[in-house]
Amino acid sequence: MTAHALKTEEYRITEEPYYASQGDEIALFEAAFRNRLPVLLKGPTGCGKTRFMEHMAWRLKRPLITVSCHDDLTASDLVGRYLITAGETVWVDGPMARAVRAGAILYLDEIVEARKDTTVVIHPLADDRRVLPMEKTGELLEAPAEFCLAISYNPGYQSVLKDLKQSTRQRFVALEFNYPKPELEKKIVRHESGVDNAVAVKLVKFAGMTRNLKGSGLDEGASTRLLVHAGKLIATGIDPRTACRSAIAEALTDDAEMLAAVNELGASLF
Amino acid sequence: MNQDPLQAAELEIRLDASLDPALSGRHTRDLAKALAAFPRNEQEFVLRWTDIIARTNTEMAYLFASQAPEGLRRMALADIEAWIVQAMDVYDRMGLFPACKVFREVSLFAAEARDNACGVTIEDISGVLELFVRGLSGRALKLENDEDLYTDTDVLFLPARVARLPNREQNFRLCKAMVGHLWAQTYYGSFRAGLNDALQHYPDPEHALRLFHALETIRLDARLARDLTGLHREMAELRAALKETLWPASWEGKIDSLRSPESSVQDTLALLARLYNDELPAPVCYQGTMHPERVEAAVAARIAREKNEFRTALMQMLGEKDGEYRESDKQDPLAGRFSVTQDEEREGEFSFVLNLDGKPIMPPDNVRALMNSIIQDLDQIPDDYLTAAGDGGYRREKEEKKPEDVWKGTYHEEGAFLYHEWDFRRQHYRKQWCVLREIDVRPLDEPFVARTRHKYASLIHGLRKTFEALRGEEKLLKKQTEGDNVDFDALVEAWADMHTGREMSERLFTKLHKLERNIAVMFMVDMSGSTKGWINDAERESLVMLCEALEVLGDRYAIYGFSGMTRKRCELYRIKRFDEPYSELVQQRIAGIQPKDYTRMGVTIRHLTRLLHAVEARTKLLITLSDGKPDDYDGYRGDYGIEDTRQALIEAKREGIHPFCVTIDSEARDYLPHMYGAVNWALVEDVKKLPLKVSDIYRRLTT
Repeated sequence: MTAHALKTEEYRITEEPYYASQGDEIALFEAAFRNRLPVLLKGPTGCGKTRFMEHMAWRLKRPLITVSCHDDLTASDLVGRYLITAGETVWVDGPMARAVRAGAILYLDEIVEARKDTTVVIHPLADDRRVLPMEKTGELLEAPAEFCLAISYNPGYQSVLKDLKQSTRQRFVALEFNYPKPELEKKIVRHESGVDNAVAVKLVKFAGMTRNLKGSGLDEGASTRLLVHAGKLIATGIDPRTACRSAIAEALTDDAEMLAAVNELGASLF
Repeated sequence: MNQDPLQAAELEIRLDASLDPALSGRHTRDLAKALAAFPRNEQEFVLRWTDIIARTNTEMAYLFASQAPEGLRRMALADIEAWIVQAMDVYDRMGLFPACKVFREVSLFAAEARDNACGVTIEDISGVLELFVRGLSGRALKLENDEDLYTDTDVLFLPARVARLPNREQNFRLCKAMVGHLWAQTYYGSFRAGLNDALQHYPDPEHALRLFHALETIRLDARLARDLTGLHREMAELRAALKETLWPASWEGKIDSLRSPESSVQDTLALLARLYNDELPAPVCYQGTMHPERVEAAVAARIAREKNEFRTALMQMLGEKDGEYRESDKQDPLAGRFSVTQDEEREGEFSFVLNLDGKPIMPPDNVRALMNSIIQDLDQIPDDYLTAAGDGGYRREKEEKKPEDVWKGTYHEEGAFLYHEWDFRRQHYRKQWCVLREIDVRPLDEPFVARTRHKYASLIHGLRKTFEALRGEEKLLKKQTEGDNVDFDALVEAWADMHTGREMSERLFTKLHKLERNIAVMFMVDMSGSTKGWINDAERESLVMLCEALEVLGDRYAIYGFSGMTRKRCELYRIKRFDEPYSELVQQRIAGIQPKDYTRMGVTIRHLTRLLHAVEARTKLLITLSDGKPDDYDGYRGDYGIEDTRQALIEAKREGIHPFCVTIDSEARDYLPHMYGAVNWALVEDVKKLPLKVSDIYRRLTT
């Protein structure tokens, strides 16, 4: 077994990633892409934002470069930097420069986590200029028509520090994501995990119960992703109550009382 | 210590010393005689507690001393302590008479103590089960204890202790089944038929009610079997363990209508008419009783309240869409705009779609919860919910609670925060003892802040400079293994190294590193009556100086003042919240800080701890500006006040908060180290210097 090494801009998705549309988001994204508008995906964790991006990259036949932002991510991490090899300095493009050069889709996941200076390089790319100024090399990269910038953001975090600035958010076409409706969510869980209809119905119901607890001690209810995890465990023969405990309850909280309550809810369903 | 038992005479003297005020003609001789038979350690235990209880109430202490021999024969010392604490709690909550009852019923408590080992108390499990119920349907049902097991559809009432089964695990299962059953009554509409009226025409309504309950339990069991398989199975296991059945063999074949998935309470009523003369089956372990009249009262109140809330919410949603409405608009603004349709995708569930102008809209979470709750009661959202109730009737009624109303008897703990208080004599908390409310300081339109700035202009200038130096600045780190730019100094060095055959360093980059101060600080300002005059001025000036410094520094900060009178009226005055900027309004509030009443510190610290807990920061500080010991009207002074404050501070530290106290009380040395710890306080002897010193203290504290 060997891992396949690819340059990031060569990574193309060849098989259709499963994505069940919740509304008109596919058409909207395509329209934004054709009009060269950047896109902002809003929504809670695990509701399908990243999967949606993969699906769109496949649909639009563009390479997808995903950067998961973290609080140490700086502008140079995105644009590029000089490295030293055998006595000379060599410029190495960062993921953003690569994406612009290759006309790829650049997806900055959880953008609010990144350091504030990163917004400086996003802005000129996200308005009608569509350029990436590379201060250190003195270049100005002009984005080709195929280049597309997408960022994601979870408005559920109520911290003032993790809010998106107006000057940034007002450059984007915003697509709102939420947990799918029960019927659709059931379909997704079935498809992704391979459980039967009855189990999928119960898992979705369980998710609804945990979402009822949002604000009463849980920051978020169980996401579709967690349901799929639990479903996969169940499909491989794990007892449903155990699966719900390990894949969902324990992933949601560490609080002993909340954990007990969520476990009791799970045990009541199966 | 001598371990020989004390003689009756000696016991009598010591009991007399504790109980003197309660005696008035009674003797302790018999008490002493009864106690003389016990070993020394038990005698000392009784004497010690008699003394402690006597400080709360001597009558109770007398009763305890007289019941103690009986208690000692029946229980271990630890259980006796629990017995005492329960009696004291009852005294705190309900007064002397019920508390004495607890002491008198020693055998009852002893039996309960035996159950303790295997039983569960509602207090222990209500947290989990309340979350459990909320998870089930979203409506927030509260759990409270009562002698009966029933629900009024707002609250689920459970017995205080459940010990029917041999171990804790099983008893917890039983409680869960009880909660599940009561929840099912509210969720599957057991009370939607107007039960009182429906049963009145039977010759014996009491019997009809019980029979109805038995039949309804069968129906709910079938619904649970479909929707909550696991819970249903657990209920069946409980019935099997206790050898109970849901229905007698003679009903077989007669009750099929109840077991179909579409059954409603009407089916139960129909069957009740047919089976009325049958024998009543014994209730199952989680069934409890029904109180239709209490349900009706609760439902009526809730329907009225929710109707109002729902309309208000619709108005708000409309306002957000169309912009604010003119008050003079006489026409019903809601008319025809909203409609409700059943969601086709989810049959059999409570699922409705709210439409505005014919288009479905996504209501906010609270509105959705409200809709669900209305539908649970009424099965639908009636049309008149979607119109305004007459002229201006949609406007929200202001129901702001005023703390003063506590004294008028209008309400007590409603809408306030309840906190425990530590009683060091009992070594236990007094439960839900203090009632605290947050109130805004009335802003004072006076140029106090400007005046202070002027007065200390030169000092502020210096302050700014000092604090600017502290501010988290970008710092260029050299010789890094990775970074944004090439460190040419290091490169030249490495190049030279390489050419002379030495090993080349890998640290060739520079990196900008931001040293971020991640501090949240809470200032807790004494607003007691004793600060009147120049202390108050000094406090306000200090706050101005602090704000100036903190604005430069960029630390997050909040300012709250505290005062109050007795445990029923603890008040916390908001001056600046964490999420508020240092605005004109905040400055006016600082100017508006006035001396009020007393200083109950423990409850304030507990509440501020809670507020600080919600803030995300690496370092959290709680700084108290105080002028003396904790002190309140109802005995919150001396050791009691100090010990409670100390306990509250220990709780704060457990939450990762660093408490610190700045005081002007020259006697602070005697008690502050005990409360805050040896180094976590500072004394400013000269009040006038307080504004100068406070910022300096803060600087030292955070660097």
